[in-house]
Amino acid sequence: MEFDDAGTAPVVLAANRVSKFFNGVQVLFSVNFDLRAGEIHALVGENGAGKSTFVKIMSGFEQPSSGEILLDGKPVKLPPNGAAEALGIVIIHQEFNLAEHLTVTESLFLGRELTRFGVLDRRTMRSETRRVLDSLGARIDENAPISSLSVADRQMVEIAKAISKDARVIFMDEPTAVLSTEETAVLFEQVRRLRDKGTSFVFVSHKLNEVLELTDRVTVLRDGQWVKTAPTSMLDGESIAQLMVGRELSSLYPAKTEPDVDEEVVLSAAGITTGFVRDASFEVRRGEIIGFSGLVGSGRTELMEAVAGLRPRLSGEVRIHGTQMPAGDVQATNAAGLAYMTKDRKSKGLLLNSKMMTNLTLQSLDQHGRYGYLSVASEERALERARKRFDIRVRDRRVVAGRMSGGNQQKLLLAKVMETEPQIIIIDEPTRGIDVGTKQQIYHFISALARGGKSIIVVSSELPEVIGLCSRVGVMREGRIVGWLEGEEINEQEIMRYSAGLKQMAS
Amino acid sequence: MGSEKMEQETTASRSFWSDIDMRAVAPFIALLLLLIVGALANPNFISITNLSNVATRSAFIAIIAVGATFVISSGDLDLSVGSMLAFVASLMILFMNSGVIADPLLMLLAAVLFATVAGTLCGLFNGLITTVGKIEPFIATLGTMGIYRGLTIWLAEGGAITLRSPDIQEIYGPVYFGSILGVPVPIVCILAVTLVAAFVLYRTRYGRHVVAVGSNRDVARYSGINVDKVRTIAFMAQGLCVAIAVLLYVPRLGSTSATTGILWELQAITAVVVGGTALKGGAGRVWGTICGAFILELVGNIMLLSNFISEYLIATIQGSIIIIAMLVQRTLTRKS
Repeated sequence: MEFDDAGTAPVVLAANRVSKFFNGVQVLFSVNFDLRAGEIHALVGENGAGKSTFVKIMSGFEQPSSGEILLDGKPVKLPPNGAAEALGIVIIHQEFNLAEHLTVTESLFLGRELTRFGVLDRRTMRSETRRVLDSLGARIDENAPISSLSVADRQMVEIAKAISKDARVIFMDEPTAVLSTEETAVLFEQVRRLRDKGTSFVFVSHKLNEVLELTDRVTVLRDGQWVKTAPTSMLDGESIAQLMVGRELSSLYPAKTEPDVDEEVVLSAAGITTGFVRDASFEVRRGEIIGFSGLVGSGRTELMEAVAGLRPRLSGEVRIHGTQMPAGDVQATNAAGLAYMTKDRKSKGLLLNSKMMTNLTLQSLDQHGRYGYLSVASEERALERARKRFDIRVRDRRVVAGRMSGGNQQKLLLAKVMETEPQIIIIDEPTRGIDVGTKQQIYHFISALARGGKSIIVVSSELPEVIGLCSRVGVMREGRIVGWLEGEEINEQEIMRYSAGLKQMAS
Repeated sequence: MGSEKMEQETTASRSFWSDIDMRAVAPFIALLLLLIVGALANPNFISITNLSNVATRSAFIAIIAVGATFVISSGDLDLSVGSMLAFVASLMILFMNSGVIADPLLMLLAAVLFATVAGTLCGLFNGLITTVGKIEPFIATLGTMGIYRGLTIWLAEGGAITLRSPDIQEIYGPVYFGSILGVPVPIVCILAVTLVAAFVLYRTRYGRHVVAVGSNRDVARYSGINVDKVRTIAFMAQGLCVAIAVLLYVPRLGSTSATTGILWELQAITAVVVGGTALKGGAGRVWGTICGAFILELVGNIMLLSNFISEYLIATIQGSIIIIAMLVQRTLTRKS
């Protein structure tokens, strides 16, 4: 039904044979695209397929090297640096652009404040903000500072901002990457509502189930080329994934292996309590992959950081191979063989302005020299090994980390952590914002590590991930571990029941 | 296959040019331009004697600035270096005047050790206030700048502190005025300090940690680096460099006063920034810093020789240089 409506609706924004070169390297090859009024159009493709570049071109942040952009059927040259907003084309960035200390109203009107006789007209701005938030059905206080909002609410403020600018076309780049399932549902409801009022959306996502659930049409890019545009109703997850990768995806998850019950317990955490996390206990055996699930903000990362010695704990003890670890001492915990891989690869994981090699060996410089003197040759060898082992694909090995694709960055981060030769690895959000092909690779790395006798803790907001990888899953809610699932119990419904507070383990 | 190979080759040649970082080369180009300007302004300028004099005089700032390169690379700032130099130099002279050791040579050696320890401790003090005290380095060292300056004035009772023993003066003099194989000792000192510093910054684990801490403290912490320790050691290295500058300064004049080392922090930080080290941390350039120190001294020298601008405006010019250097750095960063 929806498709028929959209099929007759006029085309708002279109790309006609758009190509793009960066420093002589072609990243987009004559891409065609059209966005109709009142449709949600998914743009999918592996990392490096050219999605981000294409979105930047369609929103004026980059100019095409050749080809043209049509707005309402007429060729236009979109003004740069977000000035295309005046034409009703708004982009909601992957990383938010909200200043933490401003209030919701202030950020909504940032740069285009309403004034009366040169004085800020706070009242009108507040009521306008309220009106927009109400139209979205968002229960956010217009006077609340941005810093007090949840990630989902911030996303909603971004959308409100787009609407208050009378956006006709909204680009959303991975909008659900940081949202929980409920928050995603709320967001989708609002997006659909706006769609029905005639706003057009371009939805860039790696989450194919969301693409299937939300969008009207799908355009697939692969290696900078247009592959297919089709109504979503004619596709399923498997077929989209195949179009993206260009090959059969045999199985996303490797076969699970479970350790023997009498395997050594390598890590035990007992009664861990921090500011938010309360009385969390768990054990991991050699060769085991356990998972931690729960809503965003349920305390998983805080618990893991406390275990890794990255954050102080008020009480509780951590034992590695039976030896008690001092609280808040990341060096000692590292030396004992436990490594934590952050979910924040850009702000906590990698030095974005440094080369691959510097990043790779930063945590393990002891291996590359004596008395503090470094052997660059030895580091170079480590980089070669890591590139082979983790299949890090870059054109130039001297490239800085910030210029690598998300998937390669994630592999580099994993390689960096593995350089310390840990026995226990905590991986927080192993596949955030990376494409399905790289995801599959990372799952296989994780599985191979476990078969090699390493113990792995996977913290993830993506349910299929913990379900597909882990032999045991702990669910956290409001700072506590509320349930443990094993075997057949590990499924979406059961995990959701625990994380939503509908079910709790008997204590 | 053929086209693939060709693409790789063009990438290689392109990255060769893009590898030449303008921020690293710019100070040396500026130095060259300055030499040309100087030669045009006054033919005596380019003589070996004059240039060697300039280099010798730049020794204090150059050596202090090498220490500042570490502090700034690790993302901090030390404003106290000028006062610290005056304070440590005063302590050293007072120690030698105390005459606790009769033999002048032994007395001098003890005083050298004493000054080295005193400088390093002053640096440690700055480091502990910023890391353990968790006070912005700008404020912490602004405070110690006042503390060290005030202590100097108090020790000198408002006047000057002068090295009394002529024996020590005689032995100590060559450390500033002498030369090794025809090269003035201060220049040898600059080279030695810079070589050691460059080795530490580029070839050791500690140097790597400094740059990591300076570019992103969170990444450093999550990589198991003891951030506070790295920062504190950088402050201590700064203190040590100030102490080395003191060892050259005392034989030159043999006295200190309330005005010793005034505005030297401006010159040291300017030398670092002119040299291409990013003030927000994360990229240290030791050789650039030395180049920056030469540039500052050359500008003063040209002003002196050319009668072009009053030499009393020297601080004004140096202040302008740091602002211009920041502007240039920003433009170069944007381009790359």
